[in-house]
Amino acid sequence: MMRAIGIILAGGNNEGRLGVLTEKRAAAALPIGSSYRTIDFTLSNMSNSGISKVAVLTQYNSRSLRDHLTSSKWWDFGRKQGGLFVLTPYTTNADSNWFRGTADSIYQNMSYLHNSNEPYVVIASGDSVYKMDYRKVIAYHKEKGADITVVYQDMAGKDLSRFGIMELDEDQRLLEFEEKPIMPKTSNASLGIYVISRELLIRLLEEIIPQGRYDLVKDIIERFRKTLKIYGYAFDGYWSTVGTGICSYYSTNMDFLKKEIRDIFVNEWPYIATKAKDEPPAKYNISADVSDSIIGSGSIINGKIEHSVIFRKVYVSEEAKVINSIVMEGCKIGKGCVVENAILDKRVEIRDGQCVIGRSCAELAIVEKGKTV
Amino acid sequence: MQRKEMIAMLLAGGQGSRLGILTRNMAKPAVTYGGKYRIIDFPLSNCINSGIDTVGVLTQYQPLRLNQHIGIGIPWDLDKKNGGVTILSPHVKGGGDAGEWFMGTANAIYQNLDFLDSYNPKYVLILSGDHIYKMDYAQMLEFHKKKEAAATIAVLEVSLEEASRFGIMNTEEDDRIYEFEEKPEHPKSNLASMGIYIFTWSRLREALLEDRKIHADSDFGQHIIPRMLKEGQTMYAYRFHGYWKDVGTIESYWQSNMELIQALPTFNLYEDFWKIYTNSDHQPPQYTAAGAKLTCSLACEGSEVYGTANRSILGPGVIVKRGAVVEDSIIMANTVIEENAKIYRCIVDENCTVSQGVVMGAGENIPNENKPKIYDSGITVVGDHSFIPPDVQIGKNCVIYGKTEAQDYPDGQLASGKSVMREVMI
Repeated sequence: MMRAIGIILAGGNNEGRLGVLTEKRAAAALPIGSSYRTIDFTLSNMSNSGISKVAVLTQYNSRSLRDHLTSSKWWDFGRKQGGLFVLTPYTTNADSNWFRGTADSIYQNMSYLHNSNEPYVVIASGDSVYKMDYRKVIAYHKEKGADITVVYQDMAGKDLSRFGIMELDEDQRLLEFEEKPIMPKTSNASLGIYVISRELLIRLLEEIIPQGRYDLVKDIIERFRKTLKIYGYAFDGYWSTVGTGICSYYSTNMDFLKKEIRDIFVNEWPYIATKAKDEPPAKYNISADVSDSIIGSGSIINGKIEHSVIFRKVYVSEEAKVINSIVMEGCKIGKGCVVENAILDKRVEIRDGQCVIGRSCAELAIVEKGKTV
Repeated sequence: MQRKEMIAMLLAGGQGSRLGILTRNMAKPAVTYGGKYRIIDFPLSNCINSGIDTVGVLTQYQPLRLNQHIGIGIPWDLDKKNGGVTILSPHVKGGGDAGEWFMGTANAIYQNLDFLDSYNPKYVLILSGDHIYKMDYAQMLEFHKKKEAAATIAVLEVSLEEASRFGIMNTEEDDRIYEFEEKPEHPKSNLASMGIYIFTWSRLREALLEDRKIHADSDFGQHIIPRMLKEGQTMYAYRFHGYWKDVGTIESYWQSNMELIQALPTFNLYEDFWKIYTNSDHQPPQYTAAGAKLTCSLACEGSEVYGTANRSILGPGVIVKRGAVVEDSIIMANTVIEENAKIYRCIVDENCTVSQGVVMGAGENIPNENKPKIYDSGITVVGDHSFIPPDVQIGKNCVIYGKTEAQDYPDGQLASGKSVMREVMI
């Protein structure tokens, strides 16, 4: 049994790369695949890997995230041993009332590390969609005798400019780490998932923060790449992040229309857990015409839906068309509407006969939360 | 224990034998309804929505599925420090080695006097786990208090023709009950008992103790209510005006499910302020493929449709493969309908496989030869964890249970009204 605590970094709005979608919510709270929020994947991975004590570090617009995490029982964290801790910046000290970086956010909650006795810490960002057994990463970490293990994926052929790129030796030991390089030397991209011993993490944080260094990647991984034994762990399963922009958010959702990807999360044990919503089954009426789409529970469909992701409690009227779109919880789409290449945030109402049409998947029409068109 | 004003006792021990194979391995309250629910979800959700946080669930017949479903009551917020849900099963009593089954509805309550006394409630709500309805028991309690009644019985106005199938309350003008008649041939009133009672606990306690001396099989309808009326206790009928269905037979079960798929169903599951809660292990999206045709149906979480489904209910995790057709049918959780299988007016229970090319529910409407009273409505029923081999033709009113093989279907056929029973394949 490899005992570890978890830290989920869910603080950022990813520098506004997701526009209105993260204006009022953290990227980790973005709705995914009809019934989930992004953080469900990392939370479930932690729980399913036997990690029973997890801290979620939030900062930016954490209301919807906190609402999602009001009860920890859905991920099986409501326990005497362990639990789910939602940690925010202290507001008592004028000097430290706001996280200055990922390492700082952990440092400000140092007591969480001090008050545990598990030997390992798994640190993961809350804005990615994947299924991983962290126990395997910890076992690898021990086997290598590593100080830090960084999970990476070979992303040959993909746009690497958004990732931290790792150069490894034959034994998978890290030689160079370059954040968002213009000329990447390899295609091994860090997935922002780290294993480190709890005591080493405490030591490193106590060393760097007083020096005014606040970033986990820049000030620990990059800075100590030569002096510490940092190893790469290759992960070749499905991994996608919503944090890098609207496009990646859109494509991550659309991936759920592929059976092989749905199977990973939906049909293969262990499952991804989310907050229980208790909606009735999706209802298809006589004029429903749905193809290649996922439909959330509690939705009522009267119109045409094609290649789209429909969340819970959406109402689609007769003669309406929804194509290549994401329609979030509680939207109402009126008679004869056309919604194409669009993202409708929660509780958007499209009045009868109105159209919301984006030019393409790269130029999506986005309607912000609660708006009426 | 903290004293509770009213606690609910939910009678969930009945078999529901007229549901045939559907209740072979589970009590009637555990039978699924509307795809994702089980019948007991309705009274349990009504309880928590009415502010009742202490519920005793009395089980007897095949309780495993029910116990697993209820657990510690998390889905209904009934996991409470004080109160919550407690499963009450028949047991061996202290001071002797004699165990005793619950012999009747009132006897079951009598055998759990300890449980009730530990909460010392002022009122007791007696429910059964057999009906589909939404009801605010708090309003009924208000009525009970206002009338200063010893007992209040919820009633539904039915037509006089139907009345002889029910327990009928004969009342004064102000709905005070003066007589109770079980299934009267010539009904004097149309107020049918819904099997929902509120008793002032001290009065019921007394009646249970007295009746125990006479009837070992003490029953509310047959003994307790007539006894209390005879004693001249104040008993009132409380009129309920919503949807209420006893899904006691294969046909009424099928019918009531089918009512959910109407464009404007009489029974609305889609309103926010009276949610029905259930225990689902996870909540994956529901997928409908390109080329699929899904109309007039309910499709639950995790179901995947590649073929055609019309006027049907697809439970969680159900897969309807390419070329398959499902019409007027109820397909329960995790059942797979393979390619080109055709299913008409059938009920297929959980975790079954209907292999490719099977045609089921076609042919003449001949009642089942073994159980003509249960299977006579043209509906073919497949029990849970069953397997049907490829390309067989199955008629109407058939019953299939277990891992059946090609030789169970002579000439690839199972004529209307025939049954095949084999071992299950868990």
